[in-house]
Amino acid sequence: MHDARSTMRRPIGLRLWLSGGWVTLLVLGAIFAPLIAPHDPLYQDLFAGRMPPVWVDGADPNFLLGTDSLGRDVLSRILYGARLALTVALVAGVLTCLIGATLGLIAGYYRGWVDMVISRLVDIWMAFPPVLFAILLIAVLGTGLTSIIIAIVVIDWTRFARVVRAEAMTQGTMDYVASAQVAGRTRFGTMLTEILPNVLPTILALLTLEMGIAVIVEAILSFVNLSISTDAPTWGGMIAEGRTSVHQAWWVLVFPLITLFLTVLSFSQLGEGLKDYFDPVLR
Amino acid sequence: MLLMRSILARLVATCVTLFGAAVIVFFVIRVVPGNPIAMMLPPGATEDDIARLQALYGLDKSIFEQFVIWLGGVVQGDFGTSISLRQPVLDLVLGRLPATLELSIMALVIAVIIGGAMALTGTLRRETRTEAAIDVTGGMALSVPDFLWGLVLILLFGVLWPVFHISGRVSPSLDFDFATQFYLFESVLRLRFDVWADLVSHMFMPALALAIPLAAIIAQLLKQSLKETMHLDYVTLARTKGYPEASVITREALPNAVLPTLTLIGVQFTFLIGGTVIIERLFSYEGLGNMAIDAVINRDLPLIQGIVILFALIFTVVNLVVDMTYAALNPRLRHA
Repeated sequence: MHDARSTMRRPIGLRLWLSGGWVTLLVLGAIFAPLIAPHDPLYQDLFAGRMPPVWVDGADPNFLLGTDSLGRDVLSRILYGARLALTVALVAGVLTCLIGATLGLIAGYYRGWVDMVISRLVDIWMAFPPVLFAILLIAVLGTGLTSIIIAIVVIDWTRFARVVRAEAMTQGTMDYVASAQVAGRTRFGTMLTEILPNVLPTILALLTLEMGIAVIVEAILSFVNLSISTDAPTWGGMIAEGRTSVHQAWWVLVFPLITLFLTVLSFSQLGEGLKDYFDPVLR
Repeated sequence: MLLMRSILARLVATCVTLFGAAVIVFFVIRVVPGNPIAMMLPPGATEDDIARLQALYGLDKSIFEQFVIWLGGVVQGDFGTSISLRQPVLDLVLGRLPATLELSIMALVIAVIIGGAMALTGTLRRETRTEAAIDVTGGMALSVPDFLWGLVLILLFGVLWPVFHISGRVSPSLDFDFATQFYLFESVLRLRFDVWADLVSHMFMPALALAIPLAAIIAQLLKQSLKETMHLDYVTLARTKGYPEASVITREALPNAVLPTLTLIGVQFTFLIGGTVIIERLFSYEGLGNMAIDAVINRDLPLIQGIVILFALIFTVVNLVVDMTYAALNPRLRHA
């Protein structure tokens, strides 16, 4: 999200436990959604539309977190929505990381014309508003899981490329790299055995942050109805519906929003925590 | 001399970036499978009608010919005609630009005020619970993007305690003819403060949502530079002279600590402008971003191209201005 570094020593433990706990809970919820979800997330019960959550007057105890305007169970839809969100986070996150980090590593270590081409591409990419670029790509590729993942990879590889390039450049000037070269390693071998391990902590921290960003991008795409099919349960889709009926049924907006909020916060805290953990100055 | 050369180099780099952006947008959207022309015509249209309309929009030529024609037009300020709205793209885009600019600048001002206040308070009360609280708040503000802050604000100040409007740019009931598209600016100039208040009530929440992450970044970096400056000898001197701590910070430390933050604000401002796309959608604010999403949904190729190029132009120009301001403000670069 940002490159500004905090120099503050923060308590790492609690933050990591809470964020890790929430992500674990979510992963379990997503995997076992068919077992724990009280209802079919697609089942519409028009007689039970806009039921409030159980602790509000006039609620139906069958629907723990209430129902939307079509009478679909909010809790079940959040659980099934987690499947899409986490799939996108994992697959898009890892792919973005692989492509971006590889390009950054090559640019930062080899320098020369490769670096020039990659850096110029990064500059061009930075001239596009990311959300608009994502929406544009979905319009081109068509909706669907694969399109969402491709769009995220195409947009966000620069995030990795920029940071990894800078790190690889600093590492490349270090004495140990020179001695590896003197010892007869090939350029490519040095890059993999000397540079990569030293940049890896940064890459892992970035990957965790990227997962949170991927969740947000997916939510934004489904918010503008460009994610997967319209009635499939997505957090962004639920939020879009909740936004329009917020005065009649706040719970349709509030619960997916809290879920999304905590998820994004957790990934981000995990990433920041990893960054601090691997930072020799802070440790 | 050296400065002139570096400015020239930056200008060339900017042009290359813009050209690259134009190429990518043009070719990416031409891969779109759907035929925008077919969507414009009524169901009974013949093949002949489609061909005629395609020729009208230049879509019957090869993709490279189309690119050359389009680029030639762009250089002369002609961005083509919108397919869905059937008006010149340039007029449409320029009509919406002021709304987005006003929103972005308002967000920037809010971010600077909040972020600056947080940094100054944190420096004044350093190593205390207040500073720790500011750090925690800032960390949280940074971890969550503008889209989510926008939704949280809608719930807080649109539903729970409805003090602001949650959609649109101006109340339709307001009987006021704007002469320009700079509504906020115009309302002040014409001394219509009732109109101004209505506009602010619409703009405040989207602007705040955009401002929150930036405010946190400003707070973080400015506080860090301030605390570093506070250890310098001349600051200690001012303190031994007996000036109160608050004025030592604002008068002595701030001018020297502000430069890195200014550069960062410039870069982050482009991210903020990028954020307007979804924030405008969220708050149904009639700006460029909202129009862009509609254009994508309607597969309005000329309009999409125009908007994306305009965004790219704004981004690169902001970056260029930031670099030059930095060079002008930083004596080390000026005399180099």
